[in-house]
Amino acid sequence: MAEPPLRPRRRFRQPSVIPGFGLTLGYTLTCLSLVVLLPLAALVVRASGLGFSGIWEVATDPRVASALRVSFGVSALAALTASVFGFLVAWVLTRYDFPGRRIVDAVVDLPFALPTAVAGIALASLYAPNGLVGAQLAKLGIEAAYTPVGIYIAMVFIGLPFAVRTVQPLIVEIDREIEEASATLGAGRLHTLTRVVLPPLIPAVLTGFALAFARGVGEYGSIIFIAGNLPYVSEIAPLLIVIKLSEFDYGGACAIATIMLGISFVTLLAINLIQAWSRRRFGYV
Amino acid sequence: MTGSTAIRVENLSKTFDTAAVLHDLSLDVRAGELLALLGPSGSGKTTLLRIIAGLDFPDRGRIVFGAEDATRLPVQQRAVGFVFQHYALFKHMSVADNIAYGLNARKRSERPAKAEIKRRVGDLLDLIKLSGFADRYPSQLSGGQRQRIALARALAVEPRVLLLDEPFGALDAQVRKDLRRWLREIHDRTGQTTIFVTHDQDEALELSDRVAVLAKGRLEQIGTPDEVQEAPVSATVLKFLGDTIEVEAIAQGGEVRVDGRLTPVVAPPGLVGPVKLYARPWQLQFAEAGEAHLHGTVRSSYRSQGRQRIEVDRIEGKTVVVEASDTARLPAGREVGLRILAGHVFAG
Repeated sequence: MAEPPLRPRRRFRQPSVIPGFGLTLGYTLTCLSLVVLLPLAALVVRASGLGFSGIWEVATDPRVASALRVSFGVSALAALTASVFGFLVAWVLTRYDFPGRRIVDAVVDLPFALPTAVAGIALASLYAPNGLVGAQLAKLGIEAAYTPVGIYIAMVFIGLPFAVRTVQPLIVEIDREIEEASATLGAGRLHTLTRVVLPPLIPAVLTGFALAFARGVGEYGSIIFIAGNLPYVSEIAPLLIVIKLSEFDYGGACAIATIMLGISFVTLLAINLIQAWSRRRFGYV
Repeated sequence: MTGSTAIRVENLSKTFDTAAVLHDLSLDVRAGELLALLGPSGSGKTTLLRIIAGLDFPDRGRIVFGAEDATRLPVQQRAVGFVFQHYALFKHMSVADNIAYGLNARKRSERPAKAEIKRRVGDLLDLIKLSGFADRYPSQLSGGQRQRIALARALAVEPRVLLLDEPFGALDAQVRKDLRRWLREIHDRTGQTTIFVTHDQDEALELSDRVAVLAKGRLEQIGTPDEVQEAPVSATVLKFLGDTIEVEAIAQGGEVRVDGRLTPVVAPPGLVGPVKLYARPWQLQFAEAGEAHLHGTVRSSYRSQGRQRIEVDRIEGKTVVVEASDTARLPAGREVGLRILAGHVFAG
């Protein structure tokens, strides 16, 4: 009697010494569904009540379109700024030792913890034309508060910790010998920095950018105090949603939310793809 | 090939925080030689190497390359090749880019043409026997391969001197042996002045033209492997170069006696009175009690590579290891006598 041939079965999961794959996967999916997917699905379902033409109508409404432009445009700009400054902050905090370094390091996290309304009021009073900084800016002819500049300032403020905390661990891990090796091979400091030290950090900088961007798009509390909320000028999309809700226009609110969701998803996916590419290109292959 | 002085280290002193690492150390490196800096950890050998490279700077003293005082010359302008214990390869660059790095980092006016760089990278890959690996990344290579890439990268800039800091320290025994032989071959072929740091005396004795033995930030002795083994200048050098047995002895008129019995060891003129006699495990022989210098009982023995090593508890209390040819084995507990056949004496 012939033994049945031992056929390699395609397996859904890899053999592992750690038990509980089924349990943990189930748990993860359940939590993700209840907390994230279900509310989002409800949102999309509610919005789809308007039909595609209905959503399109909302999206092309000049006021909505302008708010979306402000939200995403300013977020991207703010995330870019936060990435650059965040990188510098992380660099200074890890590479140099100076008195008060630990205190500065702790201060970086404050935007995480501060109630956003508090941050908004603080920024507004600081940057208002009669505020400490606003008065100086006013002399230069720059209006910060109650314009898109104010939105930008608030978004940089709340995005900065993300940018700092994502690159910091990688800067800590930079091997001094790598820099010394570069120097012994005749490379100057700038060459060493741009060719040896920075490239492996690019994926982390992108992560920080994505997080700061996502945070900026979703931010509401701090911005409404400093933005001035002028329709067509400094009105952000989340505020428009709140306005629609207060007018009992649930369908319209859901439509804007769905559009934001779509744009955010596409943007984050794109950043993720760039990141995967750069990790292959610059990261530790 | 060897002869003229390539690098002169003059009266070098270096203190880290409050701990002195180098004391007034002077050393000449000859052009084309393979010099080993041998010493236990904390002897200052790596610091010396880093000062020669320009990665650290001395508190006092000078480093002279040929006729040029290089003491304050920044590392980029010293034209040294440095190989680190943990390779320090650029992980985000391919093997070819790693090797070409030093050439690409040059100013445009001094940089070789692209085709020339490519040719040189190819030559170096042939030299290190990794011709097919140009497009691989460091993480795809084994430790031994990575260290060879690091060496090729250092050689690419045609350095005045090649400096290797414990180059085989992170590799396993077999790879280390192969790489040692291979480094010797490369050196014979290129005639590159090379200094390498090691704490492994076998490595230093096998590989180098000359060995500099360092201890506590001072140069104890410098000489060929034969010189330092046959005529060590101090007990420190002797002890660091291999297992030793230390015996109390009396010197008088050039003769050395242990336990009142004459030994074949000759004391240098002027050394009189109580001294320490040092012998290697193979410089002892089992003997009748009447002819023996040392007495004791066998504690244990084992055989390895055709030799037998026997631990003997001396009556005075210390345990010594004796190496003998692999003949009849001695049972533990047997009382034995040992004769000293050769050795060195230093003031106790």
